[in-house]
Amino acid sequence: MVELIVVIVTILLAAGVFFMLSGAIGLLRLPDFYTRLHATGKCDTLGEVLIIFGLLLYHIFVYSPGAELSVQLVPVKLLFLIGFIFLANPTATHAIMKAAYNTGVKPWKKGDPRM
Amino acid sequence: MSDNSGKVFGIAVTFCAMFLFWLLLSGMLDALHVGAGLICSLIVALISHDLLVTGEGEKRLVKAFRFFIYLWWELWQIILANFDVTYRVLHPKMPIDPVIIEFETPLRSDFALVTLANSITLTPGTITINVDPAKGKFQVHAIAQAPADALTVDKTMQSKVAKVFMEEG
Repeated sequence: MVELIVVIVTILLAAGVFFMLSGAIGLLRLPDFYTRLHATGKCDTLGEVLIIFGLLLYHIFVYSPGAELSVQLVPVKLLFLIGFIFLANPTATHAIMKAAYNTGVKPWKKGDPRM
Repeated sequence: MSDNSGKVFGIAVTFCAMFLFWLLLSGMLDALHVGAGLICSLIVALISHDLLVTGEGEKRLVKAFRFFIYLWWELWQIILANFDVTYRVLHPKMPIDPVIIEFETPLRSDFALVTLANSITLTPGTITINVDPAKGKFQVHAIAQAPADALTVDKTMQSKVAKVFMEEG
């Protein structure tokens, strides 16, 4: 049972790291401010959530059995974190986007040179 | 419901939510911690009950239930969005063709507008730039033509959000 959980946790962590990595590659490869925000805003959300979910499973099944109540409640905090990330990440992405648009950052069009 | 009893109801709901939050985060059930939690929850509830329980809107329970169902669909969209961005980023030729689009929706309430704006940002290939609450007008940056068409032609997401909040104009 514990081995199975550890395998699932490893897969979740690896998937999370993969999405964070592709977000970082997108930040470097994409041509302008707006398209870079696409990479960071989306990949970070799922990447972070997958990693936190992996930690949550590990805590419930491997780390905390037999521990005191305040330790067993840590997964609840992680769940709240997931909720707040889902709420805050798109809002922050949108705020940065709006600030850039209102200050006149020009969006890249197909065929333009890289900025 | 009269104005005063609505306020008491708001304070009571906020107090319960805050105290539950306190218990879950602390996990200590001795008198000192629980007592401090009671006092803090009461102060927060008295000051900011109008933030959590707003007076507007009817059928809040139905909306909350539909919103909960909508969240699962949204979660699936987020996973699709990540594969979409990953594909575009890692593809050697980077198939992107950014456009900025505008469209109007029948949505008016704050919560519905925020939900749609955040959903657009989280779904494949689109990010909200601007929202005009008076006209329900959205300005969206799309990374390619296909995700832009999903918003302006198919309108799946708009109709789903409108259905959740019962604001189909």
